[in-house]
Amino acid sequence: MTGVQLSRILQVFLTALLLAGCGLDKAPILHPKGPIALVERDLLFTAFYLMLIVAIPVFIFAGLFVWRYRASGGKGKYTPDWSYSGKIDALIWLVPALIVAALGYLLWTTTHKLDPYRNIAGTENAIEVQAVAQDWKWLFIYPEYGIATVNELAFPSERPLSLKITSDTVMNSFMIPALGGQIYAMAGMTSRLHLIADEPGEFTGRNTMYSGDGFADQHFQAYAMSNEDFDAWTQKVRQSGKSLDQAAYDVLVKPSVAHDVEYYSGYDPGLFQRILAKYAQRPEHSSNVTDQ
Amino acid sequence: MSVAETPTVEDEAVLQLGGGEEFEDREFGFWLYLMTDAIIFALLFATYVVMSRNIASGPDAKSLFDLTHTAGETLLLLFSSITFGFATLASLSRQKGQVILWLIVTIAFGAGFVAMELVEFYGMIASGAGPDTSGFLSAFFTLVGTHGLHVSLGIVGITVMIVQVAVKGLSNPVLSRLYRLGLFWHFLDIVWIGIFSVVYLPGVL
Amino acid sequence: MLGKLTIDALPFYSWVAMSGAAVTVFGGLAVVILVTYLGAWRYLWTEWLTSVDHKKIGIMYIVMALVMLIRGFIDAIMMRAQQAVALNSEGYLPPEHFEQIFTSHGTIMIFFMAMPFVAGLFNIVTPQQIGARDVAFPFMNSISLWLTAAGAGLVLISLVVGKFSEAGWTGYPPFSGIEYSPGVGVDYWLWALLVSGVGSTLTGINFVVTILKKRAPGMKLMRMPMFTWTTLVVSVLIAFAFPALTVVAIQLGLDRYLGMHFFTNGDGGNMMNFANLLWIWGHPEVYILILPAFGIYSEVVATFSGKRLFGYESLVYATGCIGILSFSVWLHHFFTMGSSANVNAFFGIATMVIAVPTGVKVFDWLFTMFRGRIVFHPSMYWTIGFIVTFVIGGISGVLLALPPADYLMHNSTFLVAHFHNVLIPGALFGYFAGMNYWFPKAFGFKLNETWGIRAFWFWLIGFYLAFMPLYVLGFMGMVRRMEHYNVPEWQPYLVVAAIGAVFVLIGIFCIVMQLVVSVRDRAQAVDATGDPWNGRTLEWATSSPPASYNFAVIPQVEDLDAFADMKRRGVVGQKPAKYEDIAMPKNTSAGVILGAMGFLLGFAMIWHIWWLAAVCLVVSVIVLIVRASNDDDEFTMAAAEVEAIENQRQFSTLTIPTDETAAGSNVSGEQPAAGSI
Repeated sequence: MTGVQLSRILQVFLTALLLAGCGLDKAPILHPKGPIALVERDLLFTAFYLMLIVAIPVFIFAGLFVWRYRASGGKGKYTPDWSYSGKIDALIWLVPALIVAALGYLLWTTTHKLDPYRNIAGTENAIEVQAVAQDWKWLFIYPEYGIATVNELAFPSERPLSLKITSDTVMNSFMIPALGGQIYAMAGMTSRLHLIADEPGEFTGRNTMYSGDGFADQHFQAYAMSNEDFDAWTQKVRQSGKSLDQAAYDVLVKPSVAHDVEYYSGYDPGLFQRILAKYAQRPEHSSNVTDQ
Repeated sequence: MSVAETPTVEDEAVLQLGGGEEFEDREFGFWLYLMTDAIIFALLFATYVVMSRNIASGPDAKSLFDLTHTAGETLLLLFSSITFGFATLASLSRQKGQVILWLIVTIAFGAGFVAMELVEFYGMIASGAGPDTSGFLSAFFTLVGTHGLHVSLGIVGITVMIVQVAVKGLSNPVLSRLYRLGLFWHFLDIVWIGIFSVVYLPGVL
Repeated sequence: MLGKLTIDALPFYSWVAMSGAAVTVFGGLAVVILVTYLGAWRYLWTEWLTSVDHKKIGIMYIVMALVMLIRGFIDAIMMRAQQAVALNSEGYLPPEHFEQIFTSHGTIMIFFMAMPFVAGLFNIVTPQQIGARDVAFPFMNSISLWLTAAGAGLVLISLVVGKFSEAGWTGYPPFSGIEYSPGVGVDYWLWALLVSGVGSTLTGINFVVTILKKRAPGMKLMRMPMFTWTTLVVSVLIAFAFPALTVVAIQLGLDRYLGMHFFTNGDGGNMMNFANLLWIWGHPEVYILILPAFGIYSEVVATFSGKRLFGYESLVYATGCIGILSFSVWLHHFFTMGSSANVNAFFGIATMVIAVPTGVKVFDWLFTMFRGRIVFHPSMYWTIGFIVTFVIGGISGVLLALPPADYLMHNSTFLVAHFHNVLIPGALFGYFAGMNYWFPKAFGFKLNETWGIRAFWFWLIGFYLAFMPLYVLGFMGMVRRMEHYNVPEWQPYLVVAAIGAVFVLIGIFCIVMQLVVSVRDRAQAVDATGDPWNGRTLEWATSSPPASYNFAVIPQVEDLDAFADMKRRGVVGQKPAKYEDIAMPKNTSAGVILGAMGFLLGFAMIWHIWWLAAVCLVVSVIVLIVRASNDDDEFTMAAAEVEAIENQRQFSTLTIPTDETAAGSNVSGEQPAAGSI
């Protein structure tokens, strides 16, 4: 390998690293596009800074002590029997304990505030979407509009998104990183997730829970739209002319990898309930068994 | 050091419950083993409680359990515990024949218990309520079956003890094993009381 | 006759799988040929395989751990290579192969690398540290070893016969159920866990009894060395936690073999029970792996700082706290399952509380170095590298303990980076430190320090290169276990991570070189006195390697640092008025036979060869009955023989400096000099 080749490879590598810096600018967790994800991210940052109170002394002490007390020429005092100091002992128990107490308070309040089951305050006009995990795609049902889609989730950016989530296959986990955290999708059970976008935009969502061969391709695009765009979008879906009746559903539910976006102008009423009922644990109530 | 010399039968002065102090380590280890076993049962109980209403499209507890049958099983197992106690007492007074006799009686009661359990299981499976019917029945068969398996292993253990007592006599190592086997046998009794009160009683009430 | 086993089980379908099988088969053949060439079968059988000597069992455990470390690392570097190239392409591994690799990587590293390493160190060190001649139940110890080996054997043979599980090392149902994973892979995983899990449970029981019942006179609980303390706490954790793994594995097995409905979709199954039961074992397991390393760091940092351990009582209480709390946090592995906010908040806070005793420990080690005389032995490198790196893992751990933050980071590569960040520095570095520290005790000569330090640097740099990018990728929305991806921004980070894996590869090579060079140069590095580092605890009072009975005379303990105290009192090497006979356990082949039966039973069940399974069970029961009827399991070593051995040995002449003697000079007179640093 010549030097020129080597420097060229190095150049490509460095460019790649720079590009990577750009990549970080778009990192959905660091640059959220919705208030839920924003609060979740800020909590991450606050906790991180609080912990530096303990972490930075560790780094400093480690460096300092290793240098000062090295056997080969360290200048520090040597006291082989010194093995206890009440003050230090109290400090190293108390400081972390206080930080954990502060974090604990933060944790308790934010966990309740950001409970994914909780409706976003003051927003009664939420749009409800039922999401069904299948191998290896997502089905979205819009009860308010009587339409359904596969691997495309659209909603008006001015309305909160209220998701009811279940699975018609193994355990999945629904997540749109730019809008907020995730929740498991499990057969026979409904889990809830409430999200909201700041403004119109396009985001990637996916199943984060490994579910088999097609898992890597199990992502979809989510669109927050203006009200007009959303109306136009529902019209477009309605014009597809395809209906998700039982026969169509039975075909759809079969495993498929990187399934194309599909629009259904209608579906058999009670589809979501029927999917839940397939896996009922008890005869008396067929759904919401563990809406814990 | 527990690895001291093995005392012989002639060493009658040291003959005592559990074979004496030098077997203390084994006894303590056996208690720990019983604790791990108790955790296994505790988790099977927890699983059963969580799943006891998950009957899917299968039958429920009320239509399956027969309290008189269970009462019979309970009596057999309780009696077997008592007769094992008699065997232990006999071992302390060095009545080798008595020990063997009581152990045989214990086996008879234990085998009766296992037989009754098998009859119950067979009847349930024949009536279409097998372990593959519903989550509830999976949890039931696994919990009760694990206990039954322990009882069966206990019977094998008692058989081995009878042979050891007959061949080796009541030496300290044999006494130590007899004592630990007794702990195991009484432990199974306690687990059964748990099964009776967590599985059968609420199922019927 | 052979159940589901047919010729199709052999991996002729893919060149990658074929190479894996070939490496396994030829590796096994090479060992067989080597042993035959050396004519060492009888020696191997009588001196090692049937041995119940805790030191030999410990060495065999660690050999197994190192072999499995290499196997698990091959999996790791294959994954890194795949993800480095698989942007908008299939890479070189099809999904089902990639899935087997990440499953076996996790399974091997946890169960067959870390667990044997821990058990091996317990075995070699703990009985000597408490002044005992063996563990409480030497035969049971042998069973534990061979059952663990049987589990490792099942994982290895899955490379050649059939496939391994594709369900991830945690094997969540319903995916791991018979409906979605009908092949033999999950069964391999289940039986490997079940068989080795029984072995681990027995190890736990064994060491609780050993430590509580067999300490030398005068060694009160609060005079036990830190490593013994962590062994005790970990053994209790093992005894409490492993039954949960047994239960969950049996339940999943019943679902798969008998069509039961513990975790199935529908029919009354409840997959959430699996997550609960698995992590009731799984979270204590994290501390089962980490606490022994904490014990090792405590010993190493005191010895190589030439000082008493700072805050011994704090460390003991912190260890106890961690042990107890480890059972109260399992739900943090699935905050996203939809539990109520109260439940999530409770488990989140419990998780963060563990950070307090852990932080205390870190500061205790730092203040042990404070006003010490630090000698930079490789084990000290591993320790310092751990302290600095582990803090980062601790921070990311507390972040994940916040349920709302976990909603964002769960299942992401951030999570992967976090647990590697705690387990590699927190556990593996500790085992390496322990290996460098106690190697002379086990073999009678020291490990080469140059190669040891090289290994450290490659591992440390490799670790940062491999896992810091994964933290970043987590922020960028990358999830774990992706066979390929379509986001170009991720690739540079994955390339860096792959380069990190190459550094680690060189690190592993350095460890192998360290062993090779050390064996070659052993004559120059002999540990003649049994006390190469001016040690403070009782294991340095025995010769290196120790006689089979460890201590001819059980020492009387009068201080926390028992051996340091003996050196100060000048009683090292004092001969007793009269040596006594020592009773030792006899070797037995029952342990190997039971291990072999465990392996065959697993294999038979995996392939539905019912008759073979029945034969294995019957043979196992017969072996146990015969063994349980045997009252003649010990032999006596005559006092004269003991005296002859003891008269041969040299004793440590090192002295432990006191505050007064140390104040005079700046140089630590009797400290062994740093090696070729």
